[in-house]
Amino acid sequence: MKGLQNIKSRILKFLIETGDIATFTSRFFSEVAKRPFEVKELLRQCYQMGNKSLLLVGITGFIIGLVLTLQTRPTLMEFGAESWMPSMVGISIVREIGPIITALVCAGRIGSGIGAELGSMRVTEQIDAMEVSGTNPFKYLVVTRVLAVTLMLPLLVLFGDAIALFGSYLVENLKGDVSFMLYFNKVFDALEFGDIIPATIKSFFFGLAIGIVGCYKGYNCKKGTEGVGKAANSAVVLTSLLLFVIDFIAVFVTDIFYDL
Amino acid sequence: MRKDLQISNQEIVLHIKDLKKSFGDNHVLKGFNMNLYQGENLVIMGKSGSGKSVMIKCLVGLLEADSGLIRVMNKDITGLDQRALDILRADIGFLFQGSALYDSMTVRENLEFPLRRHKDKFDDNIDTEALVSEALENVGLLNAIDLMPSELSGGMKRRIALARTLILRPKIILYDEPTSGLDPITAKEIILLMQDIQKKYKTSSLIITHDVDCARAISDRMILLIDGIDYATGTFEELASNEDPKIKAFFKH
Repeated sequence: MKGLQNIKSRILKFLIETGDIATFTSRFFSEVAKRPFEVKELLRQCYQMGNKSLLLVGITGFIIGLVLTLQTRPTLMEFGAESWMPSMVGISIVREIGPIITALVCAGRIGSGIGAELGSMRVTEQIDAMEVSGTNPFKYLVVTRVLAVTLMLPLLVLFGDAIALFGSYLVENLKGDVSFMLYFNKVFDALEFGDIIPATIKSFFFGLAIGIVGCYKGYNCKKGTEGVGKAANSAVVLTSLLLFVIDFIAVFVTDIFYDL
Repeated sequence: MRKDLQISNQEIVLHIKDLKKSFGDNHVLKGFNMNLYQGENLVIMGKSGSGKSVMIKCLVGLLEADSGLIRVMNKDITGLDQRALDILRADIGFLFQGSALYDSMTVRENLEFPLRRHKDKFDDNIDTEALVSEALENVGLLNAIDLMPSELSGGMKRRIALARTLILRPKIILYDEPTSGLDPITAKEIILLMQDIQKKYKTSSLIITHDVDCARAISDRMILLIDGIDYATGTFEELASNEDPKIKAFFKH
């Protein structure tokens, strides 16, 4: 009986939180088009989230490219199909691995950062101070951050893809003596707009999810410093889960378009 | 009582009637009443958790009261839309207990921040730099203009927060525990600063505190918030000499 009660309260809590996030998201869309536009803060956030994530995304992408090629190469060689390597790596990185890995890395770096920063501002009454000074803290803090991560993530994904392909090329060059031109010609021959555009659109939604969840968790943070830690942590956990759900939906929708 | 009679002819700038606020089963405010008169320093004293901060947050619309009337400069804040509330807030300064300086901004940016939305309070050719410098000079910290909040001591943070409050030239200043967490000397400096500011800007001040020394130094009148209501009102001397055990408990050292 107690276990059933527990499940019931958890479901209720989940539904309430889902409703709250939906309300938070709709507030974002209603505020984003309203004046005043916080352009300076938006650019500052773009720099913080975009430029300062480059190294992390670059290293991750490079290692993914190396590992993917190293692990796939022996299998393709068994079938005498190592010439297919650039096409296979290109398609898998651009369509799937690049966007999802970059988004997961950014959920860890940017999502937790937003959750912790806004959470800390909430518990130290900085958000209240903005509100009593007559400034709209939602517009200044939330809209700018969500927009920044939504705009920056597709660019980071493209950057991560490029570095991953370069990592893959290095392995191919070392193991199979493939030239730079030949490798990338094969990659671009295999890629179509139908691979790049859905991945880019998907990346916008990944960015939106990272921004909304990070801001929601931080903005509604409670219970002092313990709450700040929880906000950062739950922002990463919930975003990571959400990224896979969005990925599944994106692949499903893209598949429908391919069939048409 | 003499003080009450003396000020009762003055304009009421802040009026609260039968304010109630609960958090679940915890009934924090159970019908709180008060008036703040023009130019007055009114101290609200109460134990920790008695609802002082809840009351002050209801006053500026940070918390929504369950019931009751809150009139700030003859405007019922519960009936205002967001825009009107923001305009009214420009006339109310709020000094937070923990200073609440924006820690990603320098002192200068902290002070400039409230001006972003309320430039219309000043002339068209407003000199932001001059306003910031003047506010910092008032609190004696002009040399801290380019420092980050993390580089300031507790007392300096409180002074900068006060400067940020002053920059919009508010008519009412709300102080939430202005001396809490400060050593006695710094606390005394903050009290003197509050008195200077009151004289210079002719503001009305509502001070929330449980510090008896602060209350003695600054209050024209006091209200004791006990059991969620305005339990007793009077000057410091009147309340300090009261024989009611609940009131007496506040003034024991």
